[in-house]
Amino acid sequence: MTAPRPAASPRLAERPARTFDVARIREDFPILKQQVHGKPLVYLDNAATSQKPQVVIDTLVRYLTTINANVHRGIHYLSARATDEFEGARAKVRLFLNAAEDREIIFVRGATEGINLVAHSYGRQHIGPGDEVVISHMEHHSNIVPWQMLCQERSAKLRVIPINDAGELLLDEYEKLLNPRTKLVSIVHVSNSLGTVNPIEGIIAAAHSRGIPVLVDGAQAVPHMAVDVRKMGCDFYVFSGHKVFGPTGIGVVYGRAELLEAMPPYQGGGDMIRSVTFEKTTYNSLPYKFEAGTPDVSGAIGLGAAIDYVTALGLDRITAYEHELLDYGARRLAAIDGLQIIGTAKDKASILSFVLEGVHPHDIGTILDGEGIAIRTGHHCTQPLMDRFGVPATARASLAFYNTREEIDALAQGMQRVIEVLK
Amino acid sequence: MSSVDLRELYQDLIREHNSKPRNFHALEGANRKVDGYNPLCGDKLTVYLKVTSDVIQDVGIQGSGCAISRASASLMSENVKGKTVAQAEKLFKAFRAMITREPGADFDADALGDLEVFSGVSEYPARVKCATLPWHTMHAALAGKGKEISTE
Repeated sequence: MTAPRPAASPRLAERPARTFDVARIREDFPILKQQVHGKPLVYLDNAATSQKPQVVIDTLVRYLTTINANVHRGIHYLSARATDEFEGARAKVRLFLNAAEDREIIFVRGATEGINLVAHSYGRQHIGPGDEVVISHMEHHSNIVPWQMLCQERSAKLRVIPINDAGELLLDEYEKLLNPRTKLVSIVHVSNSLGTVNPIEGIIAAAHSRGIPVLVDGAQAVPHMAVDVRKMGCDFYVFSGHKVFGPTGIGVVYGRAELLEAMPPYQGGGDMIRSVTFEKTTYNSLPYKFEAGTPDVSGAIGLGAAIDYVTALGLDRITAYEHELLDYGARRLAAIDGLQIIGTAKDKASILSFVLEGVHPHDIGTILDGEGIAIRTGHHCTQPLMDRFGVPATARASLAFYNTREEIDALAQGMQRVIEVLK
Repeated sequence: MSSVDLRELYQDLIREHNSKPRNFHALEGANRKVDGYNPLCGDKLTVYLKVTSDVIQDVGIQGSGCAISRASASLMSENVKGKTVAQAEKLFKAFRAMITREPGADFDADALGDLEVFSGVSEYPARVKCATLPWHTMHAALAGKGKEISTE
């Protein structure tokens, strides 16, 4: 057991401001040092979940060994400290998203629960028979199914923005879908299967000009780019902690206070109430109205540490570095005979989805695993998108700032091995 | 060669059946047809059987899948054609027992014949359902369940 380090990694502070020293950064991620099947681990499944820097691990250990208590019942010392750290993490998330107020940040289990919260609470309040919800063809199942369930329950309609063969939204078609019955637009910021970065500000502006609120699914965006919810203008923004180098089981809903104030609670229980009698319950103020039960305190604090870490690295530097790596990866893969990249949008982040003629993605995944390379194969919870491209599945390499050119080379060599074994 | 011996999984017979699968067509005159689905990967296949007087006269397979599932469906189709329903069921049970066996456990190689080529799949838990999906689908067809079955 190593002694817990202070919350901010001192090594980060010593780094020169402008360099992006990947070898040095990788030192912060203990899991990357291991071997898999006798080969150095090449972790290219960051869109599924990201790895954790030592400072996040240490923060969890420090919390559980020195602070652990329940929050918002601050009579005793530990509870007061836990509450301070938990609410401190909320403030870190607010700054990270550039939200106006801490009470606009609601802690949930992840992006999925975040979308379900909005569907249940805002959706049930505002969407009725004949109304419409607009999503896109490139949504993750988590931004399809909750709206389908709502539409079924309310006799409302789900409308889908089509995409082109590059995996870009057809914005003219989107504009045509908007009409007086449209009650909400729910759209992915960065596609988990294609890597497409959607022109979110324009999408929001088009909806807002008609008085339609917009939810943005940011699960695949926050690890790769600076997000400013006020500049963007979205009404709701959701993301998952584990995809941005924090723990699993914690996620965030940002909502504009004005909307959240008017929404009914999502779940009933402790912490979301002001007073309860058998005749009547009055609800707590924001954000607690939406946080029934004991929250994932350590998860929130761990997420706070992860946000500190990426903020110190600099989101803009991360974006620039990953962009270069993505270009290099696309070039290396495209040079492989019979390999087709799925998702060739002009504006892309992190994702290399591909198919190889005559080889099923699952076989690619198994053979690459034998080389120590972790990728995702399958439909990536985007079955309608797979149908759109006429493939049952793809192989997906997804990058983070700790990945290197050498790892891209290993992937390209691994693909040669796939061809040797199966073609 | 990596420490994971992929040749154990992708043996020549499997590779050959993957590239030239047998009986991969819809079956005229089939009296059993069941769709199999693996929700984990989205792979789908259809098994057609022509069963008369308790004998599997003919088999047809349609669908897309990985090398393991295609080869498994192809070899299954060859192995059950001409067998009685009881013999095919026995083969299904022996195959399933081999694929899902504990590491180092024995299996009935004599009963399985060339299907033994799939014995390495048991080392790859993520791939077990690829090999068993065609068999589960055939089993459902024999049981007269004329609907989609799933590996889950």
